[in-house]
Amino acid sequence: MRRTFRTLAALASAGALLAGCSGSNTTDPDAEGSATGAAGGEQITLSVATFNEFGYEELVEEYMDLNPGIKVEHKKAATSNEARDNMNTRLAAGSGLADVEAIEVDWLPELMQYPDQFVDLASPDVEGRWLDWKTEAATVDGKLIGYGTDIGPEAVCYRADLFEAAGLPSDREEVASLLEGDWDTYFEVGKDFVAKSRGVAWFDSAGATYQGMINQLDTPFENTDGTPIPLEENEAIKDVYSRVLQASVDEGLSAGLAQWSEDWTNGFQSDKFATMLCPGWMLGVIEGNAKGVEGWDIANVFPGGGGNWGGSYLTVPAQGEHPEEAKALAAWLTAPEQQIKAFQAKGTFPSQVEALESPELLGATNEFFNDAPVGEILAERANAVSVTPFKGPNFFAITTIVTDALTRVDVDGTDDADSSWQKALESYSALGLS
Amino acid sequence: MQSLTWRQRLSRLDVKLSPYLYISPFFLLFFVVGLFPLLYTAWVSLHDWHLIGGQGEMIGFANYVAVFDQPNFYRALRNTFSIFILSSVPQIIAAILIAYFLDTNLRAKTFWRMGVLLPYVVAPVAVSMIFSKIFADQSGAANALLAMFGADPIGWHADPFWAHVAIATMVNFRWTGYNALIFLAAMQAIPREVYEAAIVDGARRWRTFFSVTVPMLKPTIIFVVITSTIGGLQIFDEPRMFDTMGTGGADKQWLTLTMYIYELGWGAQKSFGRAAAVSWILFAIIVVIGAINFFITRRIASSGGKGDL
Repeated sequence: MRRTFRTLAALASAGALLAGCSGSNTTDPDAEGSATGAAGGEQITLSVATFNEFGYEELVEEYMDLNPGIKVEHKKAATSNEARDNMNTRLAAGSGLADVEAIEVDWLPELMQYPDQFVDLASPDVEGRWLDWKTEAATVDGKLIGYGTDIGPEAVCYRADLFEAAGLPSDREEVASLLEGDWDTYFEVGKDFVAKSRGVAWFDSAGATYQGMINQLDTPFENTDGTPIPLEENEAIKDVYSRVLQASVDEGLSAGLAQWSEDWTNGFQSDKFATMLCPGWMLGVIEGNAKGVEGWDIANVFPGGGGNWGGSYLTVPAQGEHPEEAKALAAWLTAPEQQIKAFQAKGTFPSQVEALESPELLGATNEFFNDAPVGEILAERANAVSVTPFKGPNFFAITTIVTDALTRVDVDGTDDADSSWQKALESYSALGLS
Repeated sequence: MQSLTWRQRLSRLDVKLSPYLYISPFFLLFFVVGLFPLLYTAWVSLHDWHLIGGQGEMIGFANYVAVFDQPNFYRALRNTFSIFILSSVPQIIAAILIAYFLDTNLRAKTFWRMGVLLPYVVAPVAVSMIFSKIFADQSGAANALLAMFGADPIGWHADPFWAHVAIATMVNFRWTGYNALIFLAAMQAIPREVYEAAIVDGARRWRTFFSVTVPMLKPTIIFVVITSTIGGLQIFDEPRMFDTMGTGGADKQWLTLTMYIYELGWGAQKSFGRAAAVSWILFAIIVVIGAINFFITRRIASSGGKGDL
């Protein structure tokens, strides 16, 4: 166990290092105190753990300026999976979680089984703040375990320069009407593009495209009572699986770059693919990875109508020392005004009703995406979302199995579609779900 | 019977008991952090035990049966042994050679000796991050280098063998220098007269190396083999950090046993019972290999004094 321990120690110290960097802010004695400040002028430290890009860097500073008694440490995990592992480990251990923990909607249902582990965040102040479906998903037995942060209404991001080079229209309105339709339309245009693109793929990976497709299914993996649909009887998923692999491998539309991998990140710099399904939070990721690359744009269209991918919540684990202060911080961070700032910083699209109608959001443009009116486009994409897929406690486990199956064929090339599906069925039965 | 005074009795007790008291901290500590978790894990492995839900029913050996039924268990076993052999064997050979050169008359001895230890100081997670850039499938430095020589790119994350090679490279990078220093210490303990005698007998440099140095190093080699067996079979950080997902690859190309334990306990199945069962299986494997090593040690101890291979 020697090495295991070292990893944990190394990870812990890396976390401490990050926390140390962000905690160097000196509090301004002249700053206005606020109702949420610590009682008696006592200095307390709250930690906030997020993943990917939440756009909270400046907000955390702002909160510390507003509340001189509170020091906020912001820890960022690279991926949602990493944050989930950390959450489960420390929830089981009963200590070590941050005061405010961000969780993603995909693994929210797993945690909903243990409402006792979280502080009830329901309060009259925040009633009606979010879209109904956003709040409902995080409510169990009348207890609200998470404040909604962002949602992920999806549009299509594309490289205008590569479109032009392949002789396709590149203006965002024209691209929107070109891609208007179902997934077959999206794949057909892709075939056209790939035929003329000299080696540039249409999209990044089968896994990402699959994400977009299953988020349009009512009950992807589980019945609404929470019982899993056996994978081998799940025709809808098998169809998506076959269709996406046909497009990716047989029709050669995929660049075979698994999302978040080293190759994927580098692929942005070397023109590997021309389109990406992009929820709001992906805009910041693209901008970061494609730094210095010109030509990214966003079209107000999504295959098969609308789709929501991801979106997160802030929770307050019950094990924290300062639940009241943590709750106040979470409430402040998820207030419409703050979420609009987070949107402006990193493109995380707000889930708050008020924010969705605010002129600041609707008027927001994004310089990196060729000054596209991203606020307006994403608000329209949010309205186009007609299906909220049911995600039960086993959603994350099963979708990971199918994503792995796609990766084996699309990225690794270790299997063909059939043998990889067989392996997925094996992994499914290993889960031991009855 | 002579009766002793209180003081005499105390002094007698002191002689008899004190040595045990002096060594007791190690055993107390071992009991708390070694033996107790070991036995408790055995207890957990016989139960239906959920990560967050906690202890469930006693189910006997059902966890072991379930694990032996999972194809990932056998993949993890294969990967662990493959990475272990790919890392330990070249590492020990390289360490002996490096130690041999460090033992010769070099200028700036301390500089070279500290130099080989440098990779050991770098945190394993940092090593993994650097190597994951080198071994990226499409955009990595290793494949770029191969392309310069006109070779086909290697699927470092796709093909199990090459994934193991890449991970073994990280392990070797980190541990070769450390083992070289252990060998160096042992080499310096070899009496110089033996070398002189060999030279007088007309032995060349490589002949002295194989006929004097290596045989005299046998106990140290056994020590290093055993420690790297224990470490190698429990390898975790490097494979875990080999990609961003940390789950051992889509086809579990580099899922090791310890990662499998982690996946069972904290991943999709969230079953501490099964994780504990695999921990015990791993423990049994290490005991078996340790026993094999022990018998090899005994054989060498009886024949090692002759000074030949």
